[in-house]
Amino acid sequence: MHNKTIAQLAAGLRAGEYSSQELTRAILDRIARLDGRLNSFITVSDELALEQARLADQRLAAGEAGPLTGIPVAQKDIFCSDGVLTTCGSRMLENFVAPYDATVVERFNAAGAVLAGKTNMDEFAMGSSNETSYYDPVRNPWNTDTVPGGSSGGSAAAVAARLVPGSTGTDTGGSIRQPAALCGITGLKPTYGRVSRYGMIAFASSLDQAGPLARSAEDAAILLGAMAGFDERDSTSIEHPVPDYTATLANDLKGLKVGLPREYFSVGLDSEVGKAVEAAIDEYKRIGVEMVDISLPNTHLAVPAYYVVAPAECSSNLSRFDGVRFGHRCDNPKDLEDLYKRSRGEGFGPEVKRRIMIGTYALSAGYYDAYYLKAQKVRRLISDDFRQAFEQVDVIMGPTSPSVAFKLGERTDDPITMYLSDIYTIAVNLAGLPGMSIPAGFANQLPVGLQIIGNYFDEARLLNVAHQFQQVTDYHQQIPVGFE
Amino acid sequence: MSLDKTDVNKIAHLARLDIAAPDIDVYASNLSSILDLVAQMNSVDTDAVTPMAHPTDAVQRLREDKVTAVDQREKFQAIAPQVDAGLYLVPKVIE
Repeated sequence: MHNKTIAQLAAGLRAGEYSSQELTRAILDRIARLDGRLNSFITVSDELALEQARLADQRLAAGEAGPLTGIPVAQKDIFCSDGVLTTCGSRMLENFVAPYDATVVERFNAAGAVLAGKTNMDEFAMGSSNETSYYDPVRNPWNTDTVPGGSSGGSAAAVAARLVPGSTGTDTGGSIRQPAALCGITGLKPTYGRVSRYGMIAFASSLDQAGPLARSAEDAAILLGAMAGFDERDSTSIEHPVPDYTATLANDLKGLKVGLPREYFSVGLDSEVGKAVEAAIDEYKRIGVEMVDISLPNTHLAVPAYYVVAPAECSSNLSRFDGVRFGHRCDNPKDLEDLYKRSRGEGFGPEVKRRIMIGTYALSAGYYDAYYLKAQKVRRLISDDFRQAFEQVDVIMGPTSPSVAFKLGERTDDPITMYLSDIYTIAVNLAGLPGMSIPAGFANQLPVGLQIIGNYFDEARLLNVAHQFQQVTDYHQQIPVGFE
Repeated sequence: MSLDKTDVNKIAHLARLDIAAPDIDVYASNLSSILDLVAQMNSVDTDAVTPMAHPTDAVQRLREDKVTAVDQREKFQAIAPQVDAGLYLVPKVIE
């Protein structure tokens, strides 16, 4: 059962070939048997999952099932889930049993999906390798000496290893697309405001966006359909109709114009990754897509601007973790300031502290214009690059990540090298556009991701473009050795 | 941009972060290299550019000023480090 897609599993459930309880037991058993090699889960919610599966079976029997009813999924441990431990990968929230559901969790529950567990992640989603997690790194199922990417590394590894058919992630600078690329799966970051941020522990509020990770574009379409939609509890949620993302998957791509930004194929790109991406582009040409050379001239400014905007917003958002109302509190505080400082000093890991300090510095008196305001202006330039490009083309393609999965520990000593893992993904967050990563081949036996960037609210087109590629290639069907 | 120990201590205080003394140098070095990366923004003139606060320039939605949330104090305080009689306890701040 574990090799079936969500679409196939839903059909099997409806045909009565197996029950959700049987499917859920098989999934939980597989996680128990194999996740020791990966550490992709922080919490496996066995009891809740089996109870949800029982209720899903009732819905199935009553003929009230939707496309996700009875399907086990994993939630990134950044989404609050009522009554379930929600750590955000941090010691700060080691004992935090969320008292409410995030909108994303609520929507999956309403769809009748089964919560298999909460996946490991970089602490507060700050990282590109899953090595900043307080709960130990996740390993990449394709080679367990390498990282799965981050910050949604647990969600990506669990799907790639067939532990769950689908999962959720969040993407602030590439945290869905980069791990999807490094683990050889399909991941989608929607338009900013498409999926509610309510109950999703905030990192950088003007960039954060939740999306699905799955083994195919079709499954990603099904998951996104459940996640997307207006939510009055998220002040930046956008009222925009949610289409049936599965309805347009089969559309013909003949005549589609695809922009290839020359900046995405230059300095820093691993040559083997480049070859795989070029081959994927050739495959698209064969199915009638027209390639257009374009330029996104401010690409090189994306990482610098991001490392002002994201830390500034994180320093503000993470000020709520003060040891008073929830989360970690130090022992024997001598006064209130000591309580704040030691609770935060003990509760946060080094990468989170770095970003809080950069943000605090950038927002401190006298520096606002030089940092945050400057970054917001650069952000406009980056966004304008995309706006001009989309006057000429329908979607943009390039590599998701400049390299394949790297070795554990290889980049942990140098934050800057780690930050450059996201050079092709960060600009998309700054502009608020939707982006996807799909499996596009292999380099050195490790998966390569092709990134597809769309215009605002063009998720259906991205999924269509991805699905058509998956009709003529089988990269997305490859299974890591040992997880067959 | 180079930050020294004094800068890091000041920033850590502003951020209410306890940083162990032996780690200060490493933070000073890391934070300085991040600020060097950030300084690449200065290679472009942005005097005439309007800052971008929101990807689609949406404005803040307003709602009617009325109570919509229900009282869940007991549930929320169940996960608090220290509470007494419905109050969050912290070290004494007024002598």
